[in-house]
Amino acid sequence: MIRVELPVGLRVLANLDREVTLEVPPPVTPRAILDALEGRYPVLKGAIRDFITDRRRPLVRFYACRQDLSHEPLDTLLPDAVARGEEPFLVIGAIAGG
Amino acid sequence: MSGVRVLVGTRKGAFVLTADGKRDKWKVDGPFFSGWEIYHVKGSPVDPNRIYASQSSGWFGQQVQRSNDGGKTWEPTGKEFRYDGTPGTHQWYDGTPHPWEFKRVWHFEPGIDNPDHVYAGIEDAAIFESKDGGASWTELPGLRDHRTGPQWSPGAGGMCLHTIVIDPTNAKRLFVAISAAGAFRSDDGGKSWKTITKGLNSKYIPDPTAEVGHCVHRIALHKSRPDVLFMQKHWDVMRSDNAGDQWHEISGNLPTDFGFVIDVHAHEPETVYVVPITSDQEHFPFEGKLRVYRSRTGGNEWEPLTNGLPQKDCYVNVLRDAMAVDSLDDCGVYFGTTGGQVYASANGGDTWAPIVRDLPAVLSVEVQTLK
Repeated sequence: MIRVELPVGLRVLANLDREVTLEVPPPVTPRAILDALEGRYPVLKGAIRDFITDRRRPLVRFYACRQDLSHEPLDTLLPDAVARGEEPFLVIGAIAGG
Repeated sequence: MSGVRVLVGTRKGAFVLTADGKRDKWKVDGPFFSGWEIYHVKGSPVDPNRIYASQSSGWFGQQVQRSNDGGKTWEPTGKEFRYDGTPGTHQWYDGTPHPWEFKRVWHFEPGIDNPDHVYAGIEDAAIFESKDGGASWTELPGLRDHRTGPQWSPGAGGMCLHTIVIDPTNAKRLFVAISAAGAFRSDDGGKSWKTITKGLNSKYIPDPTAEVGHCVHRIALHKSRPDVLFMQKHWDVMRSDNAGDQWHEISGNLPTDFGFVIDVHAHEPETVYVVPITSDQEHFPFEGKLRVYRSRTGGNEWEPLTNGLPQKDCYVNVLRDAMAVDSLDDCGVYFGTTGGQVYASANGGDTWAPIVRDLPAVLSVEVQTLK
């Protein structure tokens, strides 16, 4: 099972706990995780990536295993620790000042 | 037993305030959609249990929420606002052409025919329509395709279509206002549009009487006289007696005629309310005194209403969608501030009291009168 941590705005939106677990068949990539996440929680569609272009929303970040994966292609293979469920895939609302 | 429900959108969630017809004891529910910006919440005039809310976030984009039980529970509904065809360009801040880009929904205007019919005013300026309770949205492209569209340019708050008014006697007649393009009217349900800016005079644009470029902040009408429109412009309070074909100024003795809100008494079509704001750079009440001004003569002669409102050291703003009236007898008047207060008057503005004092900055206030 893949573990995904969500920021508070998305947890409020989908009425979720901080971490959700998802069945994601290999290869485990950000796109595969987002497809599974949006499949289970359709309200999240468009809130993390653009409806049409699939592009990550500008103020959303993807982290895993202490790496910033935000700028990697969505089809990049994620670390084994994420695929094994040992480490979560983190969806982060970027720091916005103030 | 009659009552009222006040729907409040704030920077960090929505709130629902309810009271019986006396309007002296209030129940506060919320925040709904905690942490999200709620630009507007408005109920259907056909079915008051049907309410639409615009929920948006700089991080996570646009959501649309719908309630079928008067705001007790909510469900997410359609949120895809795709411009019709290839959107083309409008004018950017630097004068260059800039493609239309969806940013957020500023305003929902539920239809007067059935609760599943609702209009949405969005940024960048366009009007959308849903006939299935918000599940899907279709642009009415005649507005954005207006021959003046390429000249429209954003104001400091963005190029937003923030006001939609439906003629209560003729569902085909719509009025909209756009910052900073101006005002438009459709007489065919939104298919085609004409500018309604004759008589507007705006010193902040190169040609003060140009067809477009006026920063209209809000338009209001009384249901018994839909051809009489009242407008709060960036500067100037204006009136039209022919559905916007010609405007004349009614600022009269106001201490300043800058402001955002304007509304009309529910039972007296010549009684109008505004909240004067110091200037376009000083978005707070004149002299630090929060005063609603009321005209009982359809404009020009205004009286300050101060009883119960702070008369010193008050530096909040009252934004364009943050005033509303109920239709009880006496008419109730409500407004919210960027300081988080929602004030109510149960006697047409003679006296005021806060319903709540410490909400997040209030973006919108709407009222439903419940029978």
